[in-house]
Amino acid sequence: MEKLKIGAGACGFHCIKVKDFSVRAGTTMLLEHINLHIHCGRLTVIIGRNGAGKSTLIKAMLGEIRHEGTIEFRDIKQNAIRRLQIGYVPQYLNIDKNTPASVYDMFAAYISKIPVCLYQSKRVYKQVKERLSLFAAQDLIDRQVGDLSGGELQRVLLSIACTPVPNLLLLDEPVSGIDRNGIELFYKNIEMLKRNYDLAMILVSHDLEFVEKYADYVILLDKTIIREGTPDKVLSSREFKEVFGSSKTAWVG
Amino acid sequence: MNFMKYDFMRNGFLAILLIAPLFGILGTMIVNNKLAFFSDALGHSAFTGVAIGVLLHIADTNLTMAVFAIIFALLLNAIKRKDSLSTDTIISVFSSFSTAIGLVILSLGGQFSKYSALLVGDILSISKKEIILLLLVFLATLLFWGFCFNRLEAASLNISLAKSKGVPVTTIESIFAVFIALIVMFSIKWVGILLINALLILPAASARNIAGNMREYHLFSILISLFSGLLGLVLSYFLNTATGPTIVIIASVFFFLTLLAKPLVKS
Repeated sequence: MEKLKIGAGACGFHCIKVKDFSVRAGTTMLLEHINLHIHCGRLTVIIGRNGAGKSTLIKAMLGEIRHEGTIEFRDIKQNAIRRLQIGYVPQYLNIDKNTPASVYDMFAAYISKIPVCLYQSKRVYKQVKERLSLFAAQDLIDRQVGDLSGGELQRVLLSIACTPVPNLLLLDEPVSGIDRNGIELFYKNIEMLKRNYDLAMILVSHDLEFVEKYADYVILLDKTIIREGTPDKVLSSREFKEVFGSSKTAWVG
Repeated sequence: MNFMKYDFMRNGFLAILLIAPLFGILGTMIVNNKLAFFSDALGHSAFTGVAIGVLLHIADTNLTMAVFAIIFALLLNAIKRKDSLSTDTIISVFSSFSTAIGLVILSLGGQFSKYSALLVGDILSISKKEIILLLLVFLATLLFWGFCFNRLEAASLNISLAKSKGVPVTTIESIFAVFIALIVMFSIKWVGILLINALLILPAASARNIAGNMREYHLFSILISLFSGLLGLVLSYFLNTATGPTIVIIASVFFFLTLLAKPLVKS
C-alpha cells in the first residue's frame, strides 16, 4: 500500500470501513459496490461528474437514504468496534434570506436545549463563541444567518459540525457562491482540523485545483469507484481524463 | 369600558387574549418551515371533519374534526417526505379534495346553510368551558415550545444536519403538525375557515420583516397578534362589523408597515 501522510493530531489507530454500499432508486442503481477505507487524520476527497452519486454517497453514509452495505468503525490498537460519530457540513441551508435567526440561534439550536426563542443563555453564548473562534468565525455570532456570505456560512456550519468533534466529518462543498479567499480559508481550516484533532474527513469537492493541493486521497466516482489513490495519480489517470477531459480547472460540477 | 358589561364581549376578550399569542407563537415556525399552504389546507379540511361527524351521527363534531385533521396532517406529512411531487401541488390536491367531500356531504338535502357559519366564524359565541379548553391547548403549546423548540428550529434549518446531530426530525415534525391540526380545528369555529390562516401567518410574517433573531421574532409576532386581536375586537364592536375580518385587516396593515420599515431596521 502507498505511504500516506497522516495529520499530527490523529492517533492513526482508528479506521472506518465502508463495506459494499449500494443505493437504488426503483430499478436504477445510483451507487454500486462502494468500498472505502478511511483513516483518521486524512482528507479523502470525492470527485466525479454531475450525477455521479457524490451527494448520494454522503446521504447514504449519514443513514438518511436506504442503502445496502455497512459502515464499520474500528479501533485497531484495541481491535474493538466503536460507535461512529458523524459530523456533517451541508451544501446549503433551506432558509429564506430574511429568516430571523442569528448565528447564535442556529448554533444553539443544534447543541443546546435552552429554547433560543425564549432567551440567550450567557453560558451557551460563550461556548458558541469559543467554538466559532476555532474557525475564525467568532465575529459572526450576532449576524443574521441569511446575511452571511457563502464562505462565512460554511465556516459557521463547519464549527457546528465539529461541536463536539466527530470521528468522521462529511463535507458537501457548495457548487458556487464562495470566493477564492473563502475557499482558501476553508482549506486552511481543514488543515487545522487535521493538525489538531483525531478525525477522518470526506469532502465532496467541485474544485479540482484545490483537490490537487490539499487532498491526501482522491476517489473518482461514477456510480462506483472508478479510480482511487493519491491526487497526482488519480488526476493523471486515464479514467480521470475520460470523465473530465484534459482540463483541470475549467470545470464546475 | 362600557362595552365590557356584555358577557359575550368579556368572553371574546378572554378568547383573544389566548388565541392571539397562541397564533403568534405557532405562526413563527409555520412561516419558517414554509407551511402556510399546509395550515391553510388543514383549515379547509374542517368541512370534511364536520361532515364525517354528521354522517356518523356523532353529536360532538369537534371530536371528528380534530381526529380527521390529525390524520390529514400526518398523511400529508408522510406524502411530503416522499417528495416525488412538489409540495404545494400535493397540498392543493389534498385541500381541494377534502373541501369538496365535506361540501358535498354537508349540502346533501340542501342543508348547507346550517354550516355556513363555519366559513366566517364568530369569536363572540365562545363559552366559558371552551375558553378553559383553549387555555389548556395554550399551555400544551408552551410546553412543546419550551422542550422542543430548538429541535424544531434545527430541523427547519437543514434536515440532514439535524439528523446528524441526533434530532428525531420525523417525530418532531409530526408532533408539530398535530399541534397545528389541533389548534386550527379548535379555533376554527371562532375564527372561520376563510380567515384562520391569515391570523396564523400575518403576525409572524410581519415580525420577520423587522426581527434579527429568534427572540425578537417571537416577541414581535406575539405583540402584533395581540394588538391586532384586541384592537380588532373593540373596533368591530363600535363599527358593528364582523370581528375576525376586522382583526385580519389590522394585521395586514401591520404587515405592510413592517415591510416599509424593513430597510430602516435592517440597515
